[in-house]
Amino acid sequence: MGQNSKEVWTLAEFRGGMINPVSYELLAWGRTLADDLEAELASVILGDEITSVETLFHEGADIVYIVDHKGLANFLPDVHSNVLTSLAKEHKPEIILASATTYGRTVMPMLSTKLETGLTADCTKLEIDPESKLLLQTRPAVGGNVMATIKTQTKPQMATVRPRSKKPLKPDQTRSGRILYKEFSPQFFESKYTWIGFEKDESSDSPIQEADIVIAGGRGMKDENNFDLLYKIAKKLNGVVGASRTAVDMGWIPYSHQVGLSGKTVSPHLYMAFGISGAVQHIAGMSSSDIVVAVNTDPDAAIFDVADFGIVGDALEILPIFLKKLGEKDG
Amino acid sequence: MKIAVLIKQVPATDKVKMDEKTGTMVRSEMEAELNPLDMYAVEEAVRIKERMEDTTLTAITMGPPGASDAIKDALSIGCDDGYLLTDRKFAGADTWATAYVLSQSIKKLGGFDLIFCGERATDGETGQVGSSVATQLGIPPLTYVSEIVDLTQNHIRVKRAIEGGHEIIEVKLPALVSVVKEINEPRIPNLAGKMKAKSAKVVIMDADTIDADPSKLGLKGSPTRVVKVFYPKLTRGGKIIKAKDPENAVNELLTFLRSKEII
Repeated sequence: MGQNSKEVWTLAEFRGGMINPVSYELLAWGRTLADDLEAELASVILGDEITSVETLFHEGADIVYIVDHKGLANFLPDVHSNVLTSLAKEHKPEIILASATTYGRTVMPMLSTKLETGLTADCTKLEIDPESKLLLQTRPAVGGNVMATIKTQTKPQMATVRPRSKKPLKPDQTRSGRILYKEFSPQFFESKYTWIGFEKDESSDSPIQEADIVIAGGRGMKDENNFDLLYKIAKKLNGVVGASRTAVDMGWIPYSHQVGLSGKTVSPHLYMAFGISGAVQHIAGMSSSDIVVAVNTDPDAAIFDVADFGIVGDALEILPIFLKKLGEKDG
Repeated sequence: MKIAVLIKQVPATDKVKMDEKTGTMVRSEMEAELNPLDMYAVEEAVRIKERMEDTTLTAITMGPPGASDAIKDALSIGCDDGYLLTDRKFAGADTWATAYVLSQSIKKLGGFDLIFCGERATDGETGQVGSSVATQLGIPPLTYVSEIVDLTQNHIRVKRAIEGGHEIIEVKLPALVSVVKEINEPRIPNLAGKMKAKSAKVVIMDADTIDADPSKLGLKGSPTRVVKVFYPKLTRGGKIIKAKDPENAVNELLTFLRSKEII
């Protein structure tokens, strides 16, 4: 295809020597949009010593733009946004999507400001308006109580997309595409930032926003030690541990695990709430989960309203039995 | 050191009315409060003022006239002065147009060494105004900051709470810092603070005061448009059982999880 063909862009996140799986979710969104626009789907990847980009083709990309430079090893926001701005000005994509991760939520406002175009945050649905051929961006606001569909009147149309709002496509090993290496002059890599280091959070292997299963505890867990039960169950189910604001405020678990309006918004396949009453602020952070299970002593607890399955009972009584029976199942 | 804190007034309750026609929030006749996540930004700035000599602290907000209450809240816990950006022309602004007004006001006030804001507001929940303001001002944003490791007159080193851990990064000032809740425990205003805030004057700025380009303001100046608003049904009407016999209850739970192919 020639220079005149339209392009839909997704930003791939390359960190720790690998492509973040959320980047494949973006390609799944991008594939549908590109097909509806009769456009090509590109994945843009910035990093140092980038490898295994062919998976981006397997997951739906037609084009991969690569900027590989040691100055991109860490996320220096000015360098990343300047490089992306230059690429976008050269290739004029119709749409640019990034995941609503801390990376996407930092670099996309910078990029949209530089490109003088609109940006919609944390979308959960994207589609092409059949008439105007513009991108319809749907997102929750006010704790999920309101959904708004937004159109951008400028180009490119930019949006960040909530992790886990779509499953990646089934990888097709036979798919391939064009790899385009882009070179930049040294001044692009001059930064106002000095990167010092990274301290890994030992309590969670995978970020709570990207987890498939979240096992969460609240006030009903009674104390810090009881969270061990949640960690054990999370381990058995390949999930991570979440918490209500109360549990975090009590110091039972670090803030990075907090689900809710003043914590993280999660959309896992399964959300299990143990001893969580379901304050509006908590429900705001988990109501887009596929399946919700709740265990609480109060039959009137609001968490039961949003549950697919609930047990009115003491979480501390249910959890050891649940753990034991999960163990039996494996044995 | 000159410090500014960007704050927002948000609806106090979960019940928010939307204008179905324009798709923007109806802010009148609603109880409002200072965005809870902005409290952490104000607190962090006040702590710096307390430990660094010759520091002035300015609170800035954009909103309807009633948003001066949010400024008063910030003044009550230690901000020195407050500015309210209010003008009918600002109404309906998206994040781009909001960031434009805020950055124009910052330029008009002569710039700051350090600008604080909260991670996001609990109503719009975009979290993108901070980075956009910084970019319009040409200064580096530091987002998701959970700790200020070091601050001098010339530079700042912070910890950023990102997926899977904390990143440590440093920039020369001026810079914009958006903080997460983890950073501190905001204080409750004392009586003296409340009295001071009550009598303090909130300075009003409009489009003319900040030399704004009218084409970049409000709904008209916003590159994005809300085309539809709807209210999702959150209740699921799931099966709720009583755990008279916990063993049985767990068996039912396992059956449920099996039916969903989770185990």
